[in-house]
Amino acid sequence: MTAEVTAEIRTAHVLDLAAEGKRLDGRSPDEYRRIEVEPGFVTTADGSALVRIGDTVVLAGVKLEPGKPFADTPNAGVLTTNAELIPLSSPVFEPGPPQPGAIEVSRVVDRAIRAAEAIDLTRLCVTPGEKTWVCYVDLHVLDHSGNLIDAAMLAGVSALAHATVPAKRFGIAEADYPLDLQHVPIECTFVRLGDALVVDPTFDEEQAAQGRLTIATDETGRVVAMQKGLVGAFSPDDVREVVRRALVHGDRMRIAARGGKP
Amino acid sequence: MGSVGAKDVPVLLSPEGLRIDGRRLDELRPLRIQAGPLHQADGSAFVEWGANKVMAAVYGPREVHPRHLQQNNKAVIQCKYNMAAFSVDERKRPGLDRRSQEISKVIAEAFESVVFAEEFPRTSIDVYIEVLQANAGTRCAGVVAASVALADAGIPMVDLVPSVAVGKIGGSIALDLKKEEDNFGEADLPMALVPQSGRLVLLQMEGHMTPEELSKALDLGVVGCKAIYEKMKQALRDRYAVDPVATGAA
Repeated sequence: MTAEVTAEIRTAHVLDLAAEGKRLDGRSPDEYRRIEVEPGFVTTADGSALVRIGDTVVLAGVKLEPGKPFADTPNAGVLTTNAELIPLSSPVFEPGPPQPGAIEVSRVVDRAIRAAEAIDLTRLCVTPGEKTWVCYVDLHVLDHSGNLIDAAMLAGVSALAHATVPAKRFGIAEADYPLDLQHVPIECTFVRLGDALVVDPTFDEEQAAQGRLTIATDETGRVVAMQKGLVGAFSPDDVREVVRRALVHGDRMRIAARGGKP
Repeated sequence: MGSVGAKDVPVLLSPEGLRIDGRRLDELRPLRIQAGPLHQADGSAFVEWGANKVMAAVYGPREVHPRHLQQNNKAVIQCKYNMAAFSVDERKRPGLDRRSQEISKVIAEAFESVVFAEEFPRTSIDVYIEVLQANAGTRCAGVVAASVALADAGIPMVDLVPSVAVGKIGGSIALDLKKEEDNFGEADLPMALVPQSGRLVLLQMEGHMTPEELSKALDLGVVGCKAIYEKMKQALRDRYAVDPVATGAA
């Protein structure tokens, strides 16, 4: 009960601040926390990246293995995205089978990678109908301080951008070769706090949020995926506004995904 | 979408601007809504929408199961969206898959945005959506059915929640995609509207659209939702309208 009461007080405070255009950590409504991308964090993976957005930390690892293509797409590789919200990263996560929150993170990231055609799946095909590369993108949340979707997306796409196809190890080709990203999808998440639409919410802001809206864009300026989450609502004009803002933030984060300074 | 490496991509839009089933771009598939077809549930609805057949049932407010989900200040709204094994061409393995769990989550959140949950503390309002026959847009059909079922159960809400998917096929923005258009089109954008406020409580998107196309899609979806809203209200009127002859009032 004490936790419930303090949470309510904090929520009221977050909403009061938002009404004045302010935030708990002093950011403006359209400002991300500091973003850091560390590619190659795990050497046992074929591609990996550790991403920090403020205090939120997500580690992505990419593994490629030979496997069978799906019957309905004999000429395409297989892509699988999975997110683990492990109890290590937050008191709100419990051990056990994936909860809806974890499933949502992995599916939203997966959708953006697929819709943007970030990797050319036809290039992963080895023998049509028989043998193809299966690309696993595993997302491990290490520190949940809010905005997991954007951190997971950036980690996933950074890991893919730096991934190598282990063709030599599996005897499929003479040498390993880079996986190659053809498009770079980036998710950008906003929450409603009263009338304000703030980007990159912290955990406390997510608790206070009256709706969450995630927009995935690619470097050509297209919107490739969206997801509304949490309890709350957005007008079509709200959506148009955050799309505009997401394109600006997306371009900055795309530089980070490729290994540059955001 | 989902068409990587696929073989026969059908022509989705004729030179005359007609779709594979003869519809115009802004035309809905035939929609029939029946309120209250089930007897055990507190509220129910059956939706036939194009080739979709979706049943929804609402139970509650009732005791919360599992108990630890109980909230002291409001009702919890639990939603289970499920597809029958025989609802799709290739048999779907029964049980919870990740897609169903994600859809259940976003639908529960959509209804939590409109139900006056604080009127029923320590209870659960359980929404079950069963897709019996699927042909694209099942989550939207599920929202429409569940929304009418909630009203049929007498749950107080801000408004009914009409829902529809807008998409992009053959380079054009189109309302209410059917299966082939969903499979081979360029984008799919399911949404659910609260007509009273003009705000969206469910919004997802996959594919690719320019910001201008997206803006157009939102407008088209709102128009579609408003047409569906009228049918939802009519379904409730049909169920609860008093027949003056039967009551002897005539």
